Amino acid sequence: MATQLKSADIVIVGLGWTGGILAKELAETGLSIVVLERGGPRDTNPDFMYPTIHDELRYAQRHELMQNVSRETLTFRNNASETALPMRQLGSFLPGEGVGGAGVHWNGVTWRWLPWDHEPLKQTLSRYGKAVIPPDMQLQDWGVAYDELEPYYDKFEYLCGVSGKAGNLRGESIDGGNVFEGPRQRDYPNPPMLQTHAGALFEKAAKSLGYHPFPGPSANMSQAYINPDGVAFGACHYCGYCERFGCEANAKASAHFTVIPLAAGKSNVEIRTNARVMKVNLDTKKTRAESVTYIDAGGREFEQPAGLVVLSAYALGNVHLMLLSGIGKPYNPTSGDGVVGRNYAYQIGSGATVFFDEKTWINPFMGAGALAVNIDDFNTGSFDHAREGFIGGGGISTPSSGGRPIGFHPVPPGTPAWGVEWKRAVVRHYNHTLTVINQGSVMSYRQNYLDLDPAYRDRYGRPLLRMTFDYHANEQKQANFLADICVKIGQEMGAERVARRGSPERYSIVPYQSTHNTGGAAMGADPTTSALNRYCQTWDVSNVFVTGACAFPQNAGKNPTGPIGALAYWTADAIKRYLKNPAPLVPA
Amino acid sequence: MADDEVHRRDVLKGLGVTGAVARMVATASPVQEAAAQTAAQPHAHEHPQPAPRAGQSADGYRFFTPAEAAIVVALVDTLIPKDEVGPGGVEAGVPIFIDRELAGAYGRGARMYLDGPFRQGTPQQGYQLPLPFADLYRIGIADLTAWCAKTHGGKTFDQLSAADRITALKTIEAGQAEFAQIPARTFFGVLLQNTMEGYFADPMYGGNRNSAVWKMIGFPGAIGMYVDVIEEYRNKHYEVEPKSIQDLS
Repeated sequence: MATQLKSADIVIVGLGWTGGILAKELAETGLSIVVLERGGPRDTNPDFMYPTIHDELRYAQRHELMQNVSRETLTFRNNASETALPMRQLGSFLPGEGVGGAGVHWNGVTWRWLPWDHEPLKQTLSRYGKAVIPPDMQLQDWGVAYDELEPYYDKFEYLCGVSGKAGNLRGESIDGGNVFEGPRQRDYPNPPMLQTHAGALFEKAAKSLGYHPFPGPSANMSQAYINPDGVAFGACHYCGYCERFGCEANAKASAHFTVIPLAAGKSNVEIRTNARVMKVNLDTKKTRAESVTYIDAGGREFEQPAGLVVLSAYALGNVHLMLLSGIGKPYNPTSGDGVVGRNYAYQIGSGATVFFDEKTWINPFMGAGALAVNIDDFNTGSFDHAREGFIGGGGISTPSSGGRPIGFHPVPPGTPAWGVEWKRAVVRHYNHTLTVINQGSVMSYRQNYLDLDPAYRDRYGRPLLRMTFDYHANEQKQANFLADICVKIGQEMGAERVARRGSPERYSIVPYQSTHNTGGAAMGADPTTSALNRYCQTWDVSNVFVTGACAFPQNAGKNPTGPIGALAYWTADAIKRYLKNPAPLVPA
Repeated sequence: MADDEVHRRDVLKGLGVTGAVARMVATASPVQEAAAQTAAQPHAHEHPQPAPRAGQSADGYRFFTPAEAAIVVALVDTLIPKDEVGPGGVEAGVPIFIDRELAGAYGRGARMYLDGPFRQGTPQQGYQLPLPFADLYRIGIADLTAWCAKTHGGKTFDQLSAADRITALKTIEAGQAEFAQIPARTFFGVLLQNTMEGYFADPMYGGNRNSAVWKMIGFPGAIGMYVDVIEEYRNKHYEVEPKSIQDLS
C-alpha cells in the first residue's frame, strides 16, 4: 500500500522548462510546493562536462539524456484500422527524462509563433471563409491571442537570453529581422549569433529571390549574459554538440541552471527526483484532484496529497496522466465526443540537400544548435496559402547546428548506401554540402488522436498511451510546395547539385523528425472541443492545470519551446489569481 | 569416458552440486579449470582451448564466437572496404566496436521495450522483433550462414569471394533473400547502422582507430571550440588534427 505523506499546497509533476518556471513563480506565494520528477538529478557539473559530453554515440545515438522506453513508451499506428504496436526504441521524437527535461538536450531555437498560429480559425474565416477548411480538419483558436501573450514571450526570451534581431518593433518593420513576426515591445536580449558560410549562402540566395532572410532566434548565447533573475550564462563556443547534448558552458538556456536552482533554494519548495507519478487521484465526482500517487527509485509507492496539481511532464506524458487519472472526457474519434487525446498533431518535413564543388568549404562541424538563417515568407500567416490549395505553411532555413559524422555524412541520391563508391562520396561531400529545410505546420484532424492502448502496458502495469496519426493531403501539398522553394534557394546558391526531399507519403515513427509533438489536451474557449480553458486549467477538474505543447490545438511551422515558455508564465499568473479564489477561471 | 562423465555428474547432482561448482569439484587442477571456463564447456579436458589465431586483436572478442567474428569481419569489410581514399571498416576496428556494443547495455536492449505480444507491423511502426540486438546478431548470423550455405554450395559468408560477398549483400539489402528465422533486411539494417556508428564514433568505443576516419573526412572530433575561427574560416578549408575524448582528457 502507498505510504501517505503530509499534504502540500501545490504538487508539480515533471521538472523541465515548464515545471521549473511554475515552481519558481509559485514559490513566491509562500505556499508549500512539492515537485516530482521521474528521472534523476542532473547538473552541468558533472553531467555535461567537456570533453565527455562531446560524444555523439553516447548522447545522439544511444539517447543517454532521454526517456528510456524500456520503462515507459507508447504504441503507434497510422490509422484506426491498424493494430497499434509499441515504439520499441526511440526514433521520431526524443522526450527527456531527469531534471531539466527535454530542455537540457534541445537546440535552443526560441520562436514567438506568428499571430496566425494562435488564432488560425479566426484568421482563416476572415480571410478565406469556411469553404477552404477540409471536412475533417479541426482548426481551433487558442483562446488567447498573440498580443495577450506578448509580455510572456518577452519574459521567456529574457530568461533564456535569446540571440536574435527584431523584425517588428512595436509595429515598425525592421530590415534584417523577421518582418513577418507579430509586434514586439523590445528587441531580443542578445545580438544575433555569428554567421557560418552556409548561413551566408542562404542569406544571399534568399535575398536575391526577393525573400526576407533573418538570423534565427537562438537560446545559444552570442555573448556572455546575465538574465533578469541574476543567472549567469557563458558565451557559446559553436562546438556543434547542442541538440541531444547538455551544454558544458551554460551557453544554451536550460531550466536546470536557471529557474530550477532558484526554486530549489526556497524553503517552501521540495524537489523529489526519481519520483515517477503513476496517476492523479480524484474525488468520487471527478471534479477535484486530491493527491498524486508516485513510485520512488526503490519501487516504494507514495501518496502525496495536494491542494493543486500542475501537470508539467512532456506533452505526451501529460495526456497519458490525464487519461489514466480520468481528468476530462477521453476523445472518441467515431462520435467526435470527448476532448482528452483530441487534436494531437506533429510536424511535416521536406527540403533540399545542396551539394557544392570542392572549392566551397562549409565546415559543417562549426555550429550551434539554434544557429540558422531563416525565411518566414512561406510560413503560416505570411502568404496566401489558400491560393496554393492548403492551410498552413512552414519555416525555411539553413541550419548550422553541427555536422557530427554518424548523423551527417550526406551523399547525392543514387549513391549506394555502402561500399567503395559510398565511402568516396562521403569524403567528397562531407565538407561541401548543406541543407535547406522546411519545418511544416500540421493541422489537427478528426482521425489523429491519443488514447490508452488496450493491449500493451508499461513496467508499472499501466496501459501505454496509443498514438493514431498520419499526414493528410493538406499538409502534403504544403510540404511539396515548400520543398520546391527550398530547391529554388539551393539552386540560387550556385550549387553543383540540389536533391529535393518532398512530402512523406505516410508518417513513420522510425526516423528522427522533431521533438515537437503537440495537442491531446488542447486549450480553447469551448469545453466541447478543448480540454483546458484559456488559462490551461482543466475544464472538469479546476484544481488541475496543465502546461506544455499538449495545450496547442494544432502545430505550427516553428519550434514549440517559445510558446511553451510563454504559456508557462501566463499559466503561473493565472494560478496566482486562482489561489486567491479557487474556482474555475472561466465558467464552463 | 562418456559413461564415466554421466556417472560422475549423477553423483555430484546427488550431492546437490551442479554447474560451475561441479566443474570445480570435478577438475583436478587450476589450469584445467581455466581452460574449462574459457571454452565455456563443462568438460575441459575434452575441449582444449582454441589456439590463438594469427592477426587476432589482443583485446579479443567478448560477444562473438570465433566463427561469428570471422563472418562479421567479412561483412564489415564488404560494407566499408579499404582503399586509397581511407581506412576500411575492419582496420578502423568496427568489428570490435560492434562486439563491444553487443556485449553491453545496447546489445541487451537496456533502452528497448521488449514486452509482448509480438507481431509484424508496418514499416512505419519500426522494429517489432522480440530480440534485443545481441540476440538479433546471433540469430541473424546463423540465418546468414544457412542462407549462404544454400545459395553458395555450403560456403560461409567469409569464404565467399569479394565479388560474391557484394552480390550477396545487395540481394539481402534489396529484400530478395529469405532467412529462416528473421527478416534478412532487418538484420542488414541494424548491421549497416552499427557499422556506420563504429566507423564514425569516438575511437574509445573501438572503431575509428586513431581517429583515422575523422582525418579522412576532415572532422575535428571532440574539440568543439570554434568561436574564434568560425568567421575567419568561412568558405576556407579548416584543417586540424582531430582530437578524441581521450586525447582531450
